[in-house]
Amino acid sequence: MKLLWGLLGSLRDILPIAGTILVFQLWVIRRPLPNVYRLLRGLVFVIIGMALFLEGLEMALFPLGDLMAAQLTGPDFIPPQGAVMMDYLWVYLFAASLGFATTLAEPSLIAVALKAQEISGGAIHAWGLRLAVSVGVAFGIALGAYRIVSGGELFLFILSGYLVVLFQTFFAPSMIIGLAYDSGGVTTSTVTVPLVTALGLGLARSVPGRDVLLDGFGLIAFASLFPIMTVLGYAQVATLFSRMRG
Amino acid sequence: MLIVVLIFQLGVICEPLPNVVDMIGGMLLIVLGLTFFVIGLEQALFPLGESMAYAFARKGSLPWLLAFAFCLGFATTIAEPALIAVADKAAQVASGGGVIASTDQARQQYALGLRLTVALAVGVALVVGVMRIVRGWPLHWLMIVGYAIVMMITGFAPPEIIGIAYDSGGVTTSTITVPLVTALGVGLAHSIKGRNPVVDGFGLIAFASLTPMMFVMIYGMVSM
Repeated sequence: MKLLWGLLGSLRDILPIAGTILVFQLWVIRRPLPNVYRLLRGLVFVIIGMALFLEGLEMALFPLGDLMAAQLTGPDFIPPQGAVMMDYLWVYLFAASLGFATTLAEPSLIAVALKAQEISGGAIHAWGLRLAVSVGVAFGIALGAYRIVSGGELFLFILSGYLVVLFQTFFAPSMIIGLAYDSGGVTTSTVTVPLVTALGLGLARSVPGRDVLLDGFGLIAFASLFPIMTVLGYAQVATLFSRMRG
Repeated sequence: MLIVVLIFQLGVICEPLPNVVDMIGGMLLIVLGLTFFVIGLEQALFPLGESMAYAFARKGSLPWLLAFAFCLGFATTIAEPALIAVADKAAQVASGGGVIASTDQARQQYALGLRLTVALAVGVALVVGVMRIVRGWPLHWLMIVGYAIVMMITGFAPPEIIGIAYDSGGVTTSTITVPLVTALGVGLAHSIKGRNPVVDGFGLIAFASLTPMMFVMIYGMVSM
């Protein structure tokens, strides 16, 4: 029954994109639909997949992120009285490894990295770029976790981050800028987002003195910001090296 | 990812996972769901959407191009599963914190409002981004102006919405949006003379991550 509602919900969510493509294809470009059967089958797959995925998130991924956050901030790790920032070391470590592992395996990042290698004529290596982005995400999420624990102002962190990005932009080779700015949004994917969100909410719930509403969100913002920095930085270092060699 | 979770769960916390059946069942559903989802996208939406993005880029009629860009951004964002999940979470948190009434209806309304706001923002972002590629405006100046506006709005927005607003930028651009939007940008830069697909083709995603921050904060100011 619940799954049926999920299927109906997915159908409703898919309608706009299906409608857009149909309307523009038939009325504006005025071309018939190629392969209608394949198209319909694909749409059914999308709807089933979306319903299953969202159901699975509720069953496993959200509780998991919540649980890990609660346990890592539980009495086994944090002394009940006088907890200082460093007692949350395991939280930061977990946040960083989670960010690193999910990003390194991200399919859209692999595609972007190969593209970058191609356009830079080999000055930027796909592997180096992926590593740079992953380190960026890892650092970003760890710093975001630190912000939740310490209760700092989100916009101050993000503002200073953007200032650094801005500063780097003026020194980076111009071909990398669009790619670097895009990489921030690309890295946070469908699986990473729910888990990281759950981690943030769980953390805000279990650290004393934090409010879920005020402090729980914001991890994704960090994860989208730091890759811009590391990719710009990587491009700067890479061009520097190739200039020194040449 | 799974390995990291398991190592921490078993090695650091030293406790077995509770609700193992639910966890494994849920993970299976996620893997199965994503597989179906991606296969379906590759069979139905991507080939058609990409060929259309190229066709519109070549057609050269600016009003139609902008209309297509807006609809593409809006519709792909509505279908983005990560955004659905995060909007639901945000609604739960908001109703738990007393910002909205804790009824199912209020929660659904809030989540839907959030998603529509983000979708509108992505649509507008693509219109601006396409204009940029057509006119050849430099990316970083637009981004600087955008971030300045974000910082300005932050000063006026209710504090409860800021975290969600900042997150929504990264959340929106995922499985469905990125391939279609990239196809639009690169196709456009290819078909306009004097544009380098590398310098000008990328950057649409950057806009699509920027405008949701503004729009969601404004949504928070209006609805709270």
